[in-house]
Amino acid sequence: MNRQLFGALLLVLSLAPVAHAQQPPPQPQDEFVPVSELPPQDQLPSAPLLIGAYAFVWLALGGYVLSVARRLNTVQRELERLDTDVKKGSRA
Amino acid sequence: MPKWFAPAAAVCFLMFVASPVLIANAPYEATMGLVQKIFYYHVPSAMTFFVAALVCGINSWRYLFGKNLHADRIAASAAELAVVFGVITLVTGPLWARKSWGVWWQWDVRLTSSLMMWMIFVAYLLVRKYGGAGSEKLAAGLALFGMANVPFVYVSVNYWRTIHPPTTVVPTLPVSMGGPFWFCLAAFLLLFVVLLQLRVRLERQRAQVDTLYLALED
Repeated sequence: MNRQLFGALLLVLSLAPVAHAQQPPPQPQDEFVPVSELPPQDQLPSAPLLIGAYAFVWLALGGYVLSVARRLNTVQRELERLDTDVKKGSRA
Repeated sequence: MPKWFAPAAAVCFLMFVASPVLIANAPYEATMGLVQKIFYYHVPSAMTFFVAALVCGINSWRYLFGKNLHADRIAASAAELAVVFGVITLVTGPLWARKSWGVWWQWDVRLTSSLMMWMIFVAYLLVRKYGGAGSEKLAAGLALFGMANVPFVYVSVNYWRTIHPPTTVVPTLPVSMGGPFWFCLAAFLLLFVVLLQLRVRLERQRAQVDTLYLALED
Protein backbone atom coordinates (compact mmCIF):
# COMPACT_ATOMS: atom_id res chain seq x y z
CA MET A 1 0.00 0.00 0.00
CA ASN A 2 2.74 2.41 1.09
CA ARG A 3 4.91 1.42 -1.89
CA GLN A 4 1.99 2.18 -4.22
CA LEU A 5 1.43 5.53 -2.47
CA PHE A 6 5.08 6.52 -2.84
CA GLY A 7 5.04 5.31 -6.45
CA ALA A 8 2.07 7.57 -7.16
CA LEU A 9 3.75 10.52 -5.43
CA LEU A 10 6.96 10.03 -7.43
CA LEU A 11 4.92 9.86 -10.63
CA VAL A 12 3.18 13.16 -9.79
CA LEU A 13 6.52 14.82 -9.00
CA SER A 14 8.16 13.55 -12.17
CA LEU A 15 5.23 14.73 -14.32
CA ALA A 16 5.15 18.28 -12.86
CA PRO A 17 7.87 19.71 -15.19
CA VAL A 18 6.17 18.04 -18.19
CA ALA A 19 2.84 19.63 -17.25
CA HIS A 20 4.59 23.00 -16.93
CA ALA A 21 6.28 22.60 -20.32
CA GLN A 22 2.90 21.96 -21.94
CA GLN A 23 1.32 25.18 -20.64
CA PRO A 24 1.91 28.36 -22.62
CA PRO A 25 2.31 31.49 -20.44
CA PRO A 26 -0.77 33.77 -20.37
CA GLN A 27 -0.69 36.35 -23.17
CA PRO A 28 -1.69 40.01 -22.71
CA GLN A 29 -5.14 40.78 -24.14
CA ASP A 30 -5.22 42.99 -27.23
CA GLU A 31 -9.02 42.97 -27.59
CA PHE A 32 -12.06 42.26 -25.41
CA VAL A 33 -14.52 39.60 -26.58
CA PRO A 34 -17.88 39.04 -24.82
CA VAL A 35 -18.01 35.53 -23.40
CA SER A 36 -21.27 34.86 -25.24
CA GLU A 37 -19.45 35.28 -28.57
CA LEU A 38 -16.85 32.62 -27.84
CA PRO A 39 -17.13 29.30 -29.67
CA PRO A 40 -18.61 26.59 -27.41
CA GLN A 41 -15.25 24.76 -27.09
CA ASP A 42 -13.63 27.93 -25.61
CA GLN A 43 -16.33 28.61 -23.00
CA LEU A 44 -15.12 27.11 -19.74
CA PRO A 45 -17.98 26.23 -17.39
CA SER A 46 -17.29 26.55 -13.65
CA ALA A 47 -19.46 23.67 -12.45
CA PRO A 48 -17.20 20.75 -13.55
CA LEU A 49 -14.16 22.44 -11.92
CA LEU A 50 -16.10 23.07 -8.70
CA ILE A 51 -17.58 19.57 -8.59
CA GLY A 52 -14.17 18.10 -9.47
CA ALA A 53 -12.51 19.99 -6.60
CA TYR A 54 -15.08 18.91 -4.00
CA ALA A 55 -15.17 15.33 -5.28
CA PHE A 56 -11.38 15.15 -5.11
CA VAL A 57 -11.34 16.42 -1.49
CA TRP A 58 -13.97 13.89 -0.39
CA LEU A 59 -12.31 11.00 -2.24
CA ALA A 60 -8.82 11.89 -0.98
CA LEU A 61 -9.95 12.19 2.64
CA GLY A 62 -12.13 9.05 2.43
CA GLY A 63 -9.29 7.11 0.82
CA TYR A 64 -6.86 8.24 3.51
CA VAL A 65 -9.24 7.29 6.34
CA LEU A 66 -9.69 3.83 4.75
CA SER A 67 -5.93 3.45 4.35
CA VAL A 68 -5.29 4.29 8.04
CA ALA A 69 -8.12 1.93 9.13
CA ARG A 70 -6.68 -0.90 7.01
CA ARG A 71 -3.15 -0.36 8.37
CA LEU A 72 -4.51 -0.25 11.94
CA ASN A 73 -6.33 -3.57 11.41
CA THR A 74 -3.21 -5.21 9.98
CA VAL A 75 -1.01 -4.06 12.87
CA GLN A 76 -3.68 -5.04 15.40
CA ARG A 77 -3.79 -8.59 13.99
CA GLU A 78 0.01 -8.82 13.99
CA LEU A 79 0.09 -7.54 17.55
CA GLU A 80 -2.38 -10.21 18.71
CA ARG A 81 -0.45 -12.96 16.88
CA LEU A 82 2.88 -11.87 18.38
CA ASP A 83 1.32 -11.56 21.82
CA THR A 84 0.15 -15.19 21.58
CA ASP A 85 3.61 -16.31 20.35
CA VAL A 86 5.36 -14.51 23.22
CA LYS A 87 2.99 -16.10 25.77
CA LYS A 88 3.57 -19.56 24.26
CA GLY A 89 7.33 -18.94 24.34
CA SER A 90 7.31 -17.89 27.99
CA ARG A 91 5.30 -21.03 28.97
CA ALA A 92 7.72 -23.37 27.16
CA MET B 1 -8.78 5.60 22.21
CA PRO B 2 -9.54 8.60 24.47
CA LYS B 3 -13.19 9.27 25.42
CA TRP B 4 -13.41 12.39 23.26
CA PHE B 5 -12.43 10.54 20.07
CA ALA B 6 -15.81 9.04 19.01
CA PRO B 7 -17.85 12.25 19.65
CA ALA B 8 -15.19 14.36 17.91
CA ALA B 9 -15.19 12.02 14.88
CA ALA B 10 -19.01 12.11 14.74
CA VAL B 11 -19.12 15.93 14.99
CA CYS B 12 -16.43 16.19 12.31
CA PHE B 13 -18.37 13.88 9.96
CA LEU B 14 -21.57 15.90 10.49
CA MET B 15 -19.69 19.16 9.85
CA PHE B 16 -18.37 17.82 6.54
CA VAL B 17 -21.86 16.64 5.57
CA ALA B 18 -23.34 20.07 6.44
CA SER B 19 -20.58 22.11 4.78
CA PRO B 20 -21.82 21.80 1.13
CA VAL B 21 -25.21 23.22 2.21
CA LEU B 22 -23.57 26.27 3.81
CA ILE B 23 -21.26 26.72 0.81
CA ALA B 24 -24.17 26.47 -1.64
CA ASN B 25 -26.03 29.18 0.32
CA ALA B 26 -23.01 31.52 0.43
CA PRO B 27 -23.21 34.40 -2.10
CA TYR B 28 -21.35 34.31 -5.42
CA GLU B 29 -18.18 36.38 -5.55
CA ALA B 30 -18.60 39.36 -7.94
CA THR B 31 -15.82 38.67 -10.47
CA MET B 32 -15.16 34.92 -10.17
CA GLY B 33 -18.72 33.66 -9.70
CA LEU B 34 -19.37 29.97 -9.01
CA VAL B 35 -15.77 28.73 -9.21
CA GLN B 36 -14.76 30.92 -6.24
CA LYS B 37 -16.66 28.48 -4.01
CA ILE B 38 -13.62 26.16 -4.23
CA PHE B 39 -12.18 28.67 -1.73
CA TYR B 40 -14.25 27.15 1.13
CA TYR B 41 -12.26 23.88 0.98
CA HIS B 42 -9.03 25.14 -0.63
CA VAL B 43 -8.05 27.67 2.04
CA PRO B 44 -9.01 25.50 5.08
CA SER B 45 -7.01 22.60 3.60
CA ALA B 46 -4.03 24.96 3.07
CA MET B 47 -4.30 26.19 6.69
CA THR B 48 -4.50 22.58 7.93
CA PHE B 49 -1.44 21.84 5.78
CA PHE B 50 0.38 24.65 7.66
CA VAL B 51 -0.82 23.35 11.06
CA ALA B 52 0.33 19.80 10.18
CA ALA B 53 3.74 21.16 9.14
CA LEU B 54 4.06 23.11 12.40
CA VAL B 55 3.01 20.10 14.52
CA CYS B 56 5.52 17.93 12.65
CA GLY B 57 8.32 20.50 13.05
CA ILE B 58 7.71 21.19 16.75
CA ASN B 59 7.56 17.49 17.59
CA SER B 60 10.66 16.78 15.48
CA TRP B 61 12.44 19.43 17.55
CA ARG B 62 11.25 17.71 20.77
CA TYR B 63 12.49 14.38 19.41
CA LEU B 64 15.87 15.70 18.23
CA PHE B 65 16.73 17.75 21.33
CA GLY B 66 14.61 16.07 24.02
CA LYS B 67 14.93 12.41 22.89
CA ASN B 68 11.14 12.15 23.20
CA LEU B 69 10.00 9.02 21.29
CA HIS B 70 6.30 9.90 21.56
CA ALA B 71 7.07 13.25 19.91
CA ASP B 72 8.68 11.36 17.02
CA ARG B 73 5.48 9.34 16.54
CA ILE B 74 3.41 12.55 16.48
CA ALA B 75 5.86 14.09 14.00
CA ALA B 76 5.68 11.09 11.63
CA SER B 77 1.88 11.13 11.80
CA ALA B 78 1.67 14.88 11.23
CA ALA B 79 4.05 14.63 8.24
CA GLU B 80 1.74 12.14 6.54
CA LEU B 81 -1.21 14.46 7.19
CA ALA B 82 0.80 17.42 5.83
CA VAL B 83 1.25 15.45 2.59
CA VAL B 84 -2.49 14.59 2.43
CA PHE B 85 -3.71 18.16 3.09
CA GLY B 86 -0.94 19.50 0.84
CA VAL B 87 -2.17 17.35 -2.06
CA ILE B 88 -5.70 18.65 -1.51
CA THR B 89 -4.43 22.25 -1.56
CA LEU B 90 -2.27 21.70 -4.63
CA VAL B 91 -5.08 20.01 -6.59
CA THR B 92 -8.00 22.29 -5.65
CA GLY B 93 -5.90 25.44 -6.30
CA PRO B 94 -5.26 24.69 -10.00
CA LEU B 95 -8.93 23.74 -10.51
CA TRP B 96 -9.82 27.24 -9.28
CA ALA B 97 -6.96 28.88 -11.20
CA ARG B 98 -7.98 27.29 -14.52
CA LYS B 99 -11.17 29.38 -14.54
CA SER B 100 -9.92 32.49 -12.70
CA TRP B 101 -6.46 32.89 -14.26
CA GLY B 102 -6.91 30.89 -17.47
CA VAL B 103 -4.05 28.50 -16.60
CA TRP B 104 -3.75 25.47 -14.37
CA TRP B 105 -0.47 26.57 -12.79
CA GLN B 106 1.75 29.65 -12.43
CA TRP B 107 5.31 29.44 -11.14
CA ASP B 108 4.67 32.37 -8.79
CA VAL B 109 6.01 32.54 -5.25
CA ARG B 110 2.94 31.25 -3.33
CA LEU B 111 2.34 28.25 -5.56
CA THR B 112 6.01 27.35 -5.95
CA SER B 113 6.84 27.70 -2.25
CA SER B 114 3.76 25.62 -1.33
CA LEU B 115 4.89 22.90 -3.74
CA MET B 116 8.43 23.02 -2.25
CA MET B 117 7.04 22.73 1.28
CA TRP B 118 4.90 19.77 0.26
CA MET B 119 7.93 18.12 -1.34
CA ILE B 120 9.90 18.52 1.91
CA PHE B 121 7.24 16.47 3.73
CA VAL B 122 7.18 13.87 0.94
CA ALA B 123 10.98 13.68 1.38
CA TYR B 124 10.45 13.29 5.16
CA LEU B 125 8.25 10.22 4.58
CA LEU B 126 10.62 8.75 1.98
CA VAL B 127 13.65 9.21 4.27
CA ARG B 128 11.83 7.53 7.16
CA LYS B 129 10.70 4.62 4.99
CA TYR B 130 13.84 3.92 2.96
CA GLY B 131 16.61 5.70 4.93
CA GLY B 132 17.54 2.69 7.08
CA ALA B 133 18.80 2.88 10.66
CA GLY B 134 18.89 6.39 12.15
CA SER B 135 16.67 7.83 9.42
CA GLU B 136 14.25 9.19 12.04
CA LYS B 137 16.81 11.84 13.03
CA LEU B 138 17.56 12.78 9.43
CA ALA B 139 13.82 13.07 8.77
CA ALA B 140 13.38 15.21 11.91
CA GLY B 141 16.02 17.59 10.56
CA LEU B 142 14.08 17.82 7.28
CA ALA B 143 10.89 18.56 9.22
CA LEU B 144 12.56 21.60 10.83
CA PHE B 145 13.19 23.01 7.35
CA GLY B 146 9.60 22.19 6.39
CA MET B 147 8.31 24.04 9.44
CA ALA B 148 10.56 27.03 8.71
CA ASN B 149 8.84 27.33 5.32
CA VAL B 150 5.38 27.91 6.84
CA PRO B 151 5.67 31.67 7.64
CA PHE B 152 7.53 32.19 4.34
CA VAL B 153 4.71 30.57 2.33
CA TYR B 154 2.06 32.47 4.31
CA VAL B 155 3.48 35.99 3.88
CA SER B 156 4.91 35.40 0.39
CA VAL B 157 1.78 36.85 -1.28
CA ASN B 158 2.25 40.14 0.60
CA TYR B 159 5.89 40.71 -0.36
CA TRP B 160 6.24 39.32 -3.89
CA ARG B 161 4.32 40.26 -7.01
CA THR B 162 1.78 37.49 -7.55
CA ILE B 163 -1.68 36.91 -8.97
CA HIS B 164 -2.64 34.80 -5.94
CA PRO B 165 -5.06 36.62 -3.57
CA PRO B 166 -3.22 38.19 -0.57
CA THR B 167 -3.66 37.29 3.13
CA THR B 168 -6.03 40.25 3.63
CA VAL B 169 -8.89 38.39 1.88
CA VAL B 170 -9.83 36.13 4.82
CA PRO B 171 -9.97 38.78 7.62
CA THR B 172 -12.11 41.06 5.43
CA LEU B 173 -14.69 38.44 4.40
CA PRO B 174 -18.32 39.61 4.80
CA VAL B 175 -20.35 37.57 7.31
CA SER B 176 -22.25 35.76 4.54
CA MET B 177 -18.97 34.34 3.21
CA GLY B 178 -17.06 34.30 6.52
CA GLY B 179 -19.62 32.06 8.26
CA PRO B 180 -19.24 29.10 5.85
CA PHE B 181 -15.48 29.69 5.66
CA TRP B 182 -14.85 29.54 9.42
CA PHE B 183 -17.21 26.56 9.68
CA CYS B 184 -15.19 24.68 7.03
CA LEU B 185 -11.92 25.67 8.69
CA ALA B 186 -13.18 24.28 12.04
CA ALA B 187 -14.22 21.05 10.25
CA PHE B 188 -10.77 20.65 8.65
CA LEU B 189 -8.93 21.37 11.92
CA LEU B 190 -11.15 18.92 13.82
CA LEU B 191 -10.52 16.33 11.11
CA PHE B 192 -6.79 16.92 11.51
CA VAL B 193 -7.01 16.29 15.27
CA VAL B 194 -9.09 13.11 14.74
CA LEU B 195 -6.80 11.74 12.01
CA LEU B 196 -3.68 12.62 14.00
CA GLN B 197 -5.03 10.65 16.96
CA LEU B 198 -5.72 7.63 14.71
CA ARG B 199 -2.33 7.85 13.02
CA VAL B 200 -0.42 8.21 16.32
CA ARG B 201 -2.23 5.09 17.55
CA LEU B 202 -0.93 3.26 14.47
CA GLU B 203 2.65 4.39 15.23
CA ARG B 204 2.26 3.31 18.87
CA GLN B 205 1.04 -0.15 17.83
CA ARG B 206 3.91 -0.49 15.34
CA ALA B 207 6.34 0.28 18.19
CA GLN B 208 4.65 -2.45 20.28
CA VAL B 209 5.06 -4.92 17.38
CA ASP B 210 8.79 -4.10 17.21
CA THR B 211 9.10 -4.63 20.98
CA LEU B 212 7.34 -8.00 20.73
CA TYR B 213 9.62 -9.12 17.86
CA LEU B 214 12.62 -8.25 20.03
CA ALA B 215 11.09 -10.18 22.94
CA LEU B 216 10.59 -13.23 20.67
CA GLU B 217 14.21 -13.07 19.48
CA ASP B 218 15.42 -13.01 23.10
